[in-house]
Amino acid sequence: MSTNIGFLHSLIRKDEKYLLDEFASRKGVELHMIDDREIVFDIENDAFNFDVVIERSINHSRALHALKLFESAGVRCLNSSKTATICGDKLLTNIALKEHGVPQADVKVAFTEQSALKAIEEMGYPVVLKPAVGSWGRLLAKINDRDAAEAILEHKTVLGSYHHSIFYIQRYIEKTHQRDIRSFVVGDECIAAIYRTAPHWITNTARGGVATNCPLTDEIREISLAASKAVGGGIIALDLFETPNGLLVNEVNYTMEFKNSIDTTGVNIPRHIVDYVLSRANRD
Amino acid sequence: MTECPLCSGELTLPDNTVKGELIECDECGSELEVVGVTPFQLNEAPQEEEDWGE
Repeated sequence: MSTNIGFLHSLIRKDEKYLLDEFASRKGVELHMIDDREIVFDIENDAFNFDVVIERSINHSRALHALKLFESAGVRCLNSSKTATICGDKLLTNIALKEHGVPQADVKVAFTEQSALKAIEEMGYPVVLKPAVGSWGRLLAKINDRDAAEAILEHKTVLGSYHHSIFYIQRYIEKTHQRDIRSFVVGDECIAAIYRTAPHWITNTARGGVATNCPLTDEIREISLAASKAVGGGIIALDLFETPNGLLVNEVNYTMEFKNSIDTTGVNIPRHIVDYVLSRANRD
Repeated sequence: MTECPLCSGELTLPDNTVKGELIECDECGSELEVVGVTPFQLNEAPQEEEDWGE
């Protein structure tokens, strides 16, 4: 009897291609492609013959709602909608990390220009203003002084959509060696990590950060697994800051991109993911 | 063999190419989406949206 895997996707990037190739190499696996641009859900009548759905949508909003709908139809999903909900919102992530005692960068939240400016001045410059929902380093602003703070806050208020009026303010962490760490967790194992190095303060590889191998330490494993557990677990990538007082979690990602990290780390990340997905599919 | 919809350059796609796959035109460097596989059909890839990526 074959294992039926639903593969929720939109565009097939190199990350998804690696996963498809890995699934194709496994015996007894029937892969069902689910394009989020084509699927229509019927809430009262949906019935799916999937042992598990792996979510690889490029759009957070589609991923989140599709996961909720599949779960409501009784399908196990990886990652779960709980994990996607928490990781998709930086503020919910901060709350989950705090509740689980996981060290993280300082964050303040305010809802008006005036209170946001007060929060920034209390925190001290520089700070980073981020959208609570967003990725790939989009619309991040490093604010070095009050003039910049006033300008950015006004622009976000006047020009931004409503969710830009949730002012998410993070203390700026000076990066040791101009780098941060991205670690990868699959299930109960931290499988690999990379340094992301860039002369720019934004180190995302999507923004030009260069990936090199980061040897796993007990501290990286410990904070990565604790953060993963805090957000609901599954297949997780974490952004970590190195500080003189130890590692801090910056962000937690639930549809992790790994194509730049396979050769860099020497770890077959898609194999780990597929092993995990199949192990979960075969669990009652 | 198929044709880039932007520069008309010729592309050869591997047999395991799948619908939805992103590829790059060797000639003009444009990012393209495979919208059909029998036969191969290509469109310009969609523009990045606000909630893309992790």
